[in-house]
Amino acid sequence: MGDLQIKKKSLKYDAVIVGSGAGGGMAAYMLANAGLKVCLLEAGHMYDPQKNVTQLKNPWDSPRRGASTKYRPFGDFDACYGGWQLDGEPYTKKEGTQWDWWRARMIGGRTNHWGRISLRFGPRDFKRRSIDGLGEDWPINYDDIKPFYDRIDKMIGVFGTNEGLENDPDGHFLPPPKPRLHELLIKQAAQKVGVTVIPSRLSILTKKINEDRGECFFCGQCGRNCSLAKADFSSSNVLVYPALKTGNVDVVAEAMVREVLTDKEGLATGVSYINKQDMQEYQVNARTVILAASTCESARILLNSKSSRHPNGLANSSNVVGKYLHDSTGAAMGGVLPKLFGRKRYNEDGVGGMHVYSPWWVDNKKLDFPRGYHIEYWGGMGQPAYGFGWDIQGMNGKHPVNGVQKEAGGYGKSLKEDYRYFYGAGVGMAGRGEAIPREDNYCEIDPNVVDKYGIPVLRFHVKWSDYEIKQARHMKETFREIMDAMGAVVTWGDNDGPENNWGISKPGEIIHEAGTVRMGSNPKTSALNKWNQAHDCKNLFVVDGAAFTSQADKNITWTILALSMRASEYIIDEMKKNNL
Amino acid sequence: MDRRKSLKLLATGAIAVPAVLAGCNNDEKKQAEHPPEISFNLDRAPEELERDRKLMETTFFTEHEMATIALLSDIIIPKDDISGSATDAGVPDFIEFIVKDMPQYQDPMRGGLRWLDVYCMNHFEHPFKDCTATQQMEIVDAIAYPEKAKPEFSQGVSFFTLVRNLTATGFYTSRIGVADIGYAGNSPTKWNGVPDEVLKQYNIAYTEKELKEGASYQ
Repeated sequence: MGDLQIKKKSLKYDAVIVGSGAGGGMAAYMLANAGLKVCLLEAGHMYDPQKNVTQLKNPWDSPRRGASTKYRPFGDFDACYGGWQLDGEPYTKKEGTQWDWWRARMIGGRTNHWGRISLRFGPRDFKRRSIDGLGEDWPINYDDIKPFYDRIDKMIGVFGTNEGLENDPDGHFLPPPKPRLHELLIKQAAQKVGVTVIPSRLSILTKKINEDRGECFFCGQCGRNCSLAKADFSSSNVLVYPALKTGNVDVVAEAMVREVLTDKEGLATGVSYINKQDMQEYQVNARTVILAASTCESARILLNSKSSRHPNGLANSSNVVGKYLHDSTGAAMGGVLPKLFGRKRYNEDGVGGMHVYSPWWVDNKKLDFPRGYHIEYWGGMGQPAYGFGWDIQGMNGKHPVNGVQKEAGGYGKSLKEDYRYFYGAGVGMAGRGEAIPREDNYCEIDPNVVDKYGIPVLRFHVKWSDYEIKQARHMKETFREIMDAMGAVVTWGDNDGPENNWGISKPGEIIHEAGTVRMGSNPKTSALNKWNQAHDCKNLFVVDGAAFTSQADKNITWTILALSMRASEYIIDEMKKNNL
Repeated sequence: MDRRKSLKLLATGAIAVPAVLAGCNNDEKKQAEHPPEISFNLDRAPEELERDRKLMETTFFTEHEMATIALLSDIIIPKDDISGSATDAGVPDFIEFIVKDMPQYQDPMRGGLRWLDVYCMNHFEHPFKDCTATQQMEIVDAIAYPEKAKPEFSQGVSFFTLVRNLTATGFYTSRIGVADIGYAGNSPTKWNGVPDEVLKQYNIAYTEKELKEGASYQ
């Protein structure tokens, strides 16, 4: 370590952006296209979907047949590097609390494998406190963000239908793929029990929208990122590489940011980072610093950025940074549809996700919990992968095969008949609901632990409240009704009760975390103003999920993109006016 | 559809694909740098490459164990009119890899194989692989049916269930098995909805709204 020195880049950028996912990718794209000089830092590997391909591979191309590993928890073909635990980068939890923290480590971040569920927040989602007295209202309303949703719909592309639903606003949609067979059966059953089912809204191009990207060819593999046609949205394909083409962006991968640097006046001057490959220390100077390192990582950087002007961490005079951390609630159930046994084979891969979903359909006045959830569905004749055929003894002793009742288990030619007979009959559903952001659900700096780069790590303190648990119970009861109405046999997810909080997911597990550097109109109770700009430091912006005041029962990516686009235009404008 | 056919379809302009060739070149480069038996044609992060290579360079099962696994997997998935057997599909090699990748299977597999051999030595004076076919099927019948197996065979039942699971998964994710099960996807297409004859079979139809709004293709 005798020769350790801090290497300072001589170039002063207009902006240094930390993180290359949805928020950082959009900021880089907007700023670079406005002619600003950008340095984009990414803590993970370099990744180019045009070269790093898992799409259209066969199960046997993976020696583990697509099973998950520590490095690819969503399976060997999934496009995301990272996981729940990263070598050399620990995090801790307060005793008696839970938090599972997903960290992508690559250009494009989680957007390389996300579900492409692209839901606008509705008017009510920005004003929840005014409606139910819980949490906080956003400093903006739907009309403030609507123009940006409109532009993103057109620029990035999303399919869906205009249904005129008050809190699930219409948009500029490409035509949705028609439902698959099990989705038609789900729709029939759900409507019977009073649950709304409409075409899903995914950022997948069912029609070509420009010359840079192709049209979906229905391989069902959006989780692998669309290397071949760029027909789904990932920050890498749609924002980062196009931004690079402007010549205005320098991308630095393997750059783990330590802190935001500030001057005597308390303004941001740049960031310091460690290069994970050469283990050297670097500094980048810029007129503005834009954090988009992910909800918890952005909070961590701010809390670690202490100075005499910001003794509590940067942008934290309110002491809210790290607080109000909340993830979507989740619960699921699955089974088999006997009417699909022995079904005819055809290619029903469709898009990489559901073709129909259920937006929240109930009036909360009738319920014992606030906020709602949406339901996602799956099933059908998917590509065989690791786990295929597992525990056939639970099926072939229970259901007659081609009219013959067999003994559970077995082997031989008769067993091969069973696998063929049961293939493609699976069906399942999961709820994704809105949790209440609470001050006592937070992440903070662990006073005793640093990562291998010497950066103090996060310690989590998160618990579900009764509100979220009651929501999970409602999910399970609804799923059971839908499964029964469609004549499905439930095989998992149906043995829950108060003893396991109705099978609710662990906080963090749904990977929709938000809220740690929240926006608000009052600088005493929020870290950012309505432009994603720090109240305490005018040339510091946070444009990832951290900025969310609350997260609705909508997946948050579309709103991250809209807010980042909005904040970027504000930055461009303020720079023109020399306010930044 | 295999990769070659997909590429052919892509090349005929079924999809706009600027970068297919870049992907291929990359694969070829990777293959050139390493011996073919430990190359990959799917994306690997550096840490994955290192781990997978290490796994592939080590051997877990003995020759005796592998011979027993081959016999058992072919009893579970034999050749029939539709497809080949488990060993035709390379299932024993898959099992060898997966127990290295998922070490939780190592003791149940190794111990289960020994349980089977000791049973056979005691009753037939030979390890399983050297027993007669009749003897082999006698013990397999005793452990292949969890709900009717005698309690003294319970450990054998657990072992056989695991071998059946691994065999089925290895088989149906192989080229032979995917063709057998009739999975028709993983190939570029245009989704126009459920085929008419299938809709009729299930007595279900698209609504006018779905037909009007849904994406349709020539």
